Amino acid sequence: MSAARPPSESLSVALLGSGGAGVLTAGALVTEIAARSGWYGFITRSVGPQIRGGEAAALVRLATRPVGCMDGAFDLLLAIDWNNADRFAAEIPLTPESIVVGDPKSGTPPDYVTQSGARFVEIPLAEIAKGLDGGRANMLAVGIVLGLAGIPGDRGAEAIRKQLSGKGEDIVTAGVATLEAGIAQTEAIADTPQLAAPPASSGERWLITGNEATGLGAVRGGIRFAAAYPITPATEVLEWLAPALTTVGGTLVQAEDELASINMAIGASFGGKPALTATSGPGLALMIEALGLATAAEVPIVVVDVMRGGPSTGIPTKSEQSDLNIAIYGCHGDAPHVVVAPLSVADCVFTTQWAVHLAEMLQGPVLVLSDQFLGQTKAIIDRPADLSFMTRRSVAAEIDAAKPYHRYATGEGGISAMALPGTPDGQYTADGLTHTPRGTPSSRGEDHVAQLDKRRDKIESHDYGAHWAEIDGDGDTVILCWGSLSSACLEAAAKLRAEGVAVRTIALRLLAPLNTARLGEALAGARRVLIVEQTHSGQFRRHLQGHVAFPGEVDVLARPGPLPITPGEIADYVQKWRS
Amino acid sequence: MSVTAEAPKRKASDYISDVKPVWCPGCGDYHVLLSLSRALAQMELEPENIAVVSGIGCSSRIPAYTNCYGFHGVHGRALPLAAGLKVARPELTVLVMSGDGDGFSIGGNHFLHACRRNVDLTYVVMDNRVYGLTKGQPSPTTEPDWDSALSPGGTGLRPFHPLVIALASGANFVARCFSGDVNGTARVLIEAIRHPGFSFVEILSPCVTFRPDEKQWKTLVHPAPVDPTDDPARAARRIMTDDGFNTGILYRGNRSPYRAPAASEPQDPGVLERKFVI
Repeated sequence: MSAARPPSESLSVALLGSGGAGVLTAGALVTEIAARSGWYGFITRSVGPQIRGGEAAALVRLATRPVGCMDGAFDLLLAIDWNNADRFAAEIPLTPESIVVGDPKSGTPPDYVTQSGARFVEIPLAEIAKGLDGGRANMLAVGIVLGLAGIPGDRGAEAIRKQLSGKGEDIVTAGVATLEAGIAQTEAIADTPQLAAPPASSGERWLITGNEATGLGAVRGGIRFAAAYPITPATEVLEWLAPALTTVGGTLVQAEDELASINMAIGASFGGKPALTATSGPGLALMIEALGLATAAEVPIVVVDVMRGGPSTGIPTKSEQSDLNIAIYGCHGDAPHVVVAPLSVADCVFTTQWAVHLAEMLQGPVLVLSDQFLGQTKAIIDRPADLSFMTRRSVAAEIDAAKPYHRYATGEGGISAMALPGTPDGQYTADGLTHTPRGTPSSRGEDHVAQLDKRRDKIESHDYGAHWAEIDGDGDTVILCWGSLSSACLEAAAKLRAEGVAVRTIALRLLAPLNTARLGEALAGARRVLIVEQTHSGQFRRHLQGHVAFPGEVDVLARPGPLPITPGEIADYVQKWRS
Repeated sequence: MSVTAEAPKRKASDYISDVKPVWCPGCGDYHVLLSLSRALAQMELEPENIAVVSGIGCSSRIPAYTNCYGFHGVHGRALPLAAGLKVARPELTVLVMSGDGDGFSIGGNHFLHACRRNVDLTYVVMDNRVYGLTKGQPSPTTEPDWDSALSPGGTGLRPFHPLVIALASGANFVARCFSGDVNGTARVLIEAIRHPGFSFVEILSPCVTFRPDEKQWKTLVHPAPVDPTDDPARAARRIMTDDGFNTGILYRGNRSPYRAPAASEPQDPGVLERKFVI
């Protein structure tokens, strides 16, 4: 091992190769070993549209603190082969500081690699692996990455055992030997980007994807029924929930389409079971009519949208924030409902749990806008605290037979107690038709306005507490963002602060109803507000400007997927704007 | 000493609300409401333990006219909503009430999969072979030459055959009724509700406003000449070759109803966290 550069607080590594080369397993192992050795970080993957085969890249970022976004450039690139590697040109930016490791017998690196000025190190991966008993090139790659980054290999055996469970101890032994051979290969390489020492252990850490975290938040919040129709990149939420719900005494039903899945959830919740479905943009489009039904009939449901590039089929495997408009404004009629967004992989747990609470409290649909990056990134996080919300759905458990039960009674706050089927004298018809307080269909203007007011009042008069946003730092320059982009914005602000610029970051978790009063307070004194979002048309900016008068100049950094918006870009944008 | 029969616990009127139906005078759906209320009274089910779920259409207005829990949802989606309710609350009696447009056109996919899924529901379709609420357009069961403003000269399309499709898709109980035969329909509904799994009852229910020709149905219907079979192939052959006016229970299957996977003993959600711990 060797080192000359100062140790780095963050290190980005890309492993690439064609399908079957095992780069995703290698990336998972690097992440797992780093996690077990005390570092934070995450792994995300980039794959082509092929179901099996094709080319794949594991993108790993390791750090001494929790991180939630890609960095601007990669410190290490290791290619098991170079087949079709040119398609990753934009996704794996390299600099002259980067180190590229390739097998001279596995093709030639694409132009973007050679032209980047990165230092090139040739290691005959296939040949070395062949010479080892049970050796595989991807396991050798794991060792090389560990060696170059300065991560010890002593947690390798347990990580391999976990990742390749069931494949037998022979595989583990061979894996460890190959990994150590990989580390040995790096001993002669000087001046590599070493990771700074990990922080002292701060308690229990988890390795979890955003989609799993969303499922867990749902169960913590009390979801006991889910209806499922598979769609990329939301399927893992549902696949995680299927056995999990059974474990806790709940149920998941696979539906024939998204029209069915949301209606199943509405039916289950009408029966009293907190219910959820998860989908992505195309599925959400199909669910919109029923979302309006849940609003009108006042049935609590949670709909998770793990967003991907759109419109139409778009880019199913890549992230975007472009379902904001449909999530908030998609329903016909005036159909106010709550829309929230998790700010990080770890926050998928809290935000989904909060969404369940809000749906049950406010008796209507709550949308959770996650995205492909959050959903499919596997991150090392501190165990998220289990916050329990004490208030539950208002249920009419005992009904006075002498008085007609008014399911949709209007009054203070707009929330009316819901009778569940089985409750004597509580019979009513939940209806998408405009109805009277009793639930009887009506086309009278006064009933229409009374029920519209009721539905608006209950969500607008609710106290969302401090959860509506995370506010960090102080200064008259404000970065305003939501959801998945929050990590990149917070990191950009830290970078700017280090450069001497005072920056305030406001990351919204509650997108609708917009907390205009608190947002106004949070914006007080701002001279410049930069809105950052991953859309083409600036959907978030339009949403904000429809509700908020900004105190100073406003600009927007809006770019669609599939490429992530990085902290460096945001910081540069702010610096340019200031000068 | 004379023995007096015990008074019935329930009357049909216990199941009917005070909401006045929007249906036209003479609509067959009034009779369906009556049959349903008689069936429920004879079964002595508590009104609060029954849920009536519907979509959109004339017939789908029925939940508010009953004194049960009701859900009048969106067009075509009554079956999945009812399936979610029944899976979540298996102890309830869940009835799905629909029409030929709601059930076979916009909701056609759910019909197929509800038959396959075999959740213990009773699915009643009031078939009048026309969209009535939108004032007279052809539905999937309308004859190909039926003239209308939307499809002048007729659609030219072959009518959908719901009973055979139900059989092919796995429905566990298949029957055809005529709304004018109130007691006969009530008898079939009782059997359908009692039968485990997905029971499908098509009720020929005339639309006197847009299909006055359907007033003739009362002279055309007749009880099926043979007993129900448990052989779906035989039932399908009979239904495909009859005159379309055979009424009664036509098929009774013995598939096990849908059962969601269940834990022997539910555990605390905390156990789910273990696999994430590094």
